[in-house]
Amino acid sequence: MSDQAKSVADSSPSAPTPAPQPGSASPASMPSAKAEVAFDIQDLSIFYGKTQAIKNVHLQIPAMSVTAIIGPSGCGKSTALRALNRMHELTPGARHTGKILMKGEDLYGPHVDATVVRRRVGMVFQKSNPFPTLSISENVLVGLRLNGVRDKAFLNQRLEESLRMSALWDEVKDSLNRPGTSLSGGQQQRLCIARALAVRPEILLMDEPCSALDPIATAKVEELIHALKSQYTVVIVTHNMQQAARVSENTAFFYMGSLIEFGPTEQIFMNPKNPQTEAYVSGRFG
Amino acid sequence: MSHHDQYRKLKSTFMSVLAVFCALLVVLPLILVFFYLLKMGFSSLNLNFFTKVPTAAGENGGGMANAIVGTLELMGLALIMGVPLGLLGGIFLSEHGSERTNGWIRFGADVLNGVPSIVWGMACYTLVVVPMGGYSAFAGGLALSFIMVPLVLRTTEEVLVLVPHAYREAGLALGIPHWKITVNIVLRTAFKGIVTGVLLGLGRVAGETAPILFTALGSTSWNHSLKEPIAALPIQIYYYAISPFEDQNRQAWAGALVLIVIVFLLSTSVRMISNRRKRA
Ligand SMILES: Nc1ncnc2c1ncn2[C@@H]1O[C@H](COP(=O)(O)OP(=O)(O)O)[C@@H](O)[C@H]1O
Ligand SMILES: [Mg+2]
Repeated sequence: MSDQAKSVADSSPSAPTPAPQPGSASPASMPSAKAEVAFDIQDLSIFYGKTQAIKNVHLQIPAMSVTAIIGPSGCGKSTALRALNRMHELTPGARHTGKILMKGEDLYGPHVDATVVRRRVGMVFQKSNPFPTLSISENVLVGLRLNGVRDKAFLNQRLEESLRMSALWDEVKDSLNRPGTSLSGGQQQRLCIARALAVRPEILLMDEPCSALDPIATAKVEELIHALKSQYTVVIVTHNMQQAARVSENTAFFYMGSLIEFGPTEQIFMNPKNPQTEAYVSGRFG
Repeated sequence: MSHHDQYRKLKSTFMSVLAVFCALLVVLPLILVFFYLLKMGFSSLNLNFFTKVPTAAGENGGGMANAIVGTLELMGLALIMGVPLGLLGGIFLSEHGSERTNGWIRFGADVLNGVPSIVWGMACYTLVVVPMGGYSAFAGGLALSFIMVPLVLRTTEEVLVLVPHAYREAGLALGIPHWKITVNIVLRTAFKGIVTGVLLGLGRVAGETAPILFTALGSTSWNHSLKEPIAALPIQIYYYAISPFEDQNRQAWAGALVLIVIVFLLSTSVRMISNRRKRA
């Protein structure tokens, strides 16, 4: 299975362009943003104790675009996503083999600080989780403040920018001092997106960000993802195939811990190469 | 109404009456004690009682000003010495540490919680009073802080583990260092619960007599140094209650009344804090 997955991954749109050489990659020196690889995942396996959740995955996630991860529940989508900002390390008993290069740099290198990685790779969770003791503005700015940013004018500017980016500014600009938890579910999730964006990560990971939202709030978040991809690399896990089709350029289909197929979203949905992918996207299982 | 319904109604009424009766039975001793203290002690609560130190035995007049201040001072010492250790221990249990070490620490704390308080007095007598060459406020405060540490540790841990894991993850995903999340997010979320635990601990040590009896010793004058003996309400009550002089007996009642009011105020603030938490 993994060989097949590898060959499919190799035919991905980003594969023909050579990946940036490790160490030489720097976002500023990259003329063609589309060609850049955000994550180069090499033979990644992840274990929880004895059970293997991710099996020998090879995958290159292109920068400055939206990549969707789809697959039936329990297939390892969240596990794969959390490996990208080293969140899976926090689970007791979790370990991995293989390599993940982020813009050419080994994410798990001996001198790489997980805290710094997480500052560069933001994350939005399935369940919105604004801090209950903090106001709306404090929630947005907490990442900057707790990392030592004190400049008032700068913070105020970031606050407005981030809330505008997450399409929440008009709804909350008059109540910035209210608790973050006083907002509606959809607003809370956009607040969490604003909070993640406020530290200006290079990459944004989203784990089923709309699964607890109503259709209108979902549409707002999807619009927002569309707007983000000019500036950000977004990796979104979703079990909603329509959503993957709507928001992403590329789609990775996982099944039972293996990457079955990776390619342009249209191809995955219209013309999948693998029969398992075909079965899943046509709704025959999962 | 059928017979059956009537029987059910009767049974329900009977059970309600029984429940109210049992509830009254529980609070009755508290009410009786409080009113008895009021009756016996209130008449001796005058300005002298709150402003004067004890007079020589047999002379009327004098008060418990030094004992009231002494009790507050001992509580303050217990707070300063006991809370940081209990707090850090609780944080360690909830935020760090492995399941195995935590099991042992929890077990240890629970055993310490059950140690009779006089044992802490003996321990501090041996560890502090003897080497320092005398009874002292410091030794008394330390004995009380030993009682507070396991209490604060366990309540801190209990309220910290109630803080949902999602908040810690959200903080870590923002690239915030672990300890800053603990201080700024986790402790802040659990703050009221921690304060409640500390106040309950203080209420518990306020009335302790055995651990301070041979550490702080008690005193009939003002305390000027942590190295000197210090007066405390429970000790003063103890000596005055068994004294042959009637005026001192009366003051013992008044002292007990003041002590119970201090504890009552602490519990009331706990209630106010936890009610506010519910509304928030
Ligand atoms: N903390 C954990 N401990 C043990 N096993 C886990 C843990 N989290 C996930 N798993 C297992 O790993 C597999 C993949 O889970 P996950 O990545 O959450 O799947 P998905 O997000 O696709 O639903 C599942 O079989 C799940 O039971
Ligand atoms: Mg998941």
